[in-house]
Amino acid sequence: MSNLIEMFSYTFMFRALVVGCLISLCASLVGASLVLRGNSMIGDGLSHVAFASVSVATVLGFAPIEFSIPIVIIVSFLILKFNGSGKLSGDSMIAIMSASSLAIGTFLISIVDGVNIDLNSYLFGSILSLDKMDVIFSIILSIVIILLYAITYNKIFAITFDEKFAKSIGINVDLYNMIFAMLCSVIVVLGMRLVGSLLISSLIIFPTLSSIQLCKKFKSVIIVSVLISLIAFVSGLILSYNISSPTGATIVIINLGIFILSYIFGKLKKND
Amino acid sequence: MENLISVKNLYLGYDNADVIKNLSFEFYDGEFLCIVGANGAGKSTLIKGILGFIKPSKGKITFNNLKQSNIGYIPQDTSVNKMFPASVLEIVMSGTLNRNGFGSFYSSEQKEIAVNSLKRLKIERLKDKSFSDLSGGERQKVLIARALSATTKLLILDEPSNNLDQKSRLELYDILRDINEKDKISIMMITHDLDHKNLVGNNILSINEGQYFYGSTEEYVKEIHHE
Repeated sequence: MSNLIEMFSYTFMFRALVVGCLISLCASLVGASLVLRGNSMIGDGLSHVAFASVSVATVLGFAPIEFSIPIVIIVSFLILKFNGSGKLSGDSMIAIMSASSLAIGTFLISIVDGVNIDLNSYLFGSILSLDKMDVIFSIILSIVIILLYAITYNKIFAITFDEKFAKSIGINVDLYNMIFAMLCSVIVVLGMRLVGSLLISSLIIFPTLSSIQLCKKFKSVIIVSVLISLIAFVSGLILSYNISSPTGATIVIINLGIFILSYIFGKLKKND
Repeated sequence: MENLISVKNLYLGYDNADVIKNLSFEFYDGEFLCIVGANGAGKSTLIKGILGFIKPSKGKITFNNLKQSNIGYIPQDTSVNKMFPASVLEIVMSGTLNRNGFGSFYSSEQKEIAVNSLKRLKIERLKDKSFSDLSGGERQKVLIARALSATTKLLILDEPSNNLDQKSRLELYDILRDINEKDKISIMMITHDLDHKNLVGNNILSINEGQYFYGSTEEYVKEIHHE
């Protein structure tokens, strides 16, 4: 206990706890809809785009996060627009964006002289990099997402279950898709500081993937995935502090462990 | 009988290529219309036009005494994830969302509508079951119950008998006939089931390479035999 008190008496650890819990909560809420609609890879694609835009911002001398948020939002709208239309399917678009963004980011950083950027902290995250603005952004984002969920939960369910039917009863599906893409983009950019662009998508998809192994109702899926997300984050943060492991990787490994256990438990429950 | 939907000189399609060309017909209150035709003939395109998913390039679809969002639509069962983690009640209640604005709670009136739809289809016992645990026939009934929660006027079904065995298919037709006759709900159904005994509607719209037949089922059967 005294160890925990000591741990969170450091400002950077306390910030990591607040930002991490809020981002994990938001990621799991948005993740439920994305995973259940078969759009799990969107977060992964956007995280690579976020990495490229951070590199561009650094080269041009702009603030990385403020520059990246609108760029990632624009790209997420483009992915939505191409999803299911023409010869470029949604997943092809994500694959193109992912690979080329990572390449552009790495290329720019390596060829431009005098660029001072810690590549590892953006790829794998660093709790030391969180500042006061990240805390403020995360609080605002969480309020927006929780309010949005509270107000429109039933409509989010209808769209997630059956987009065509939702459209037929007059729900503005395109607007909701845009809002989701936007929220996902903001989560990716903010979460990138914490767990890194290579790992942020796991915060979005793992908790839902685990909870759907255990739950049979949509409401339970949402509640359990939020709980799993928070448990994985807090235990990952504490463990990484104590064994000096990278925080992002530790959280993802705990999420993976929870997923494997949930999968086994779900199978056993089904065979009963 | 008053008409619910009036289709006049309709041209409808995708990317400037019309699939439906110059189609006109009136759909009446209380009618049970089966829409038949080959794959790609434009049956689903017509339904999408009526539901407002795509806009006509020419012509008009007008509604009389019916709001577009108050149509109970049952999409093809391929559009729904069969393993989706949701209870039957959660799904059927979502049909009532055309009745309220915002809010994460359903009103008692909405709950009552959903439960009545379940009772109407004799599946109230399934209300707390997970959608993923149901049989194909039960899933289809849940989607019909959801559509019934959305409408008191018109059901539109897109190939509902696909992936159903013969027993479930006949049961489905009985349910639809019953809803049409007893609840006075009009039905428009795309079907591939051209077995004469299974043409359950009182009227047929046949779409075939820009040629249309619209008339009673008897007339249609006679015409097929004549050919």
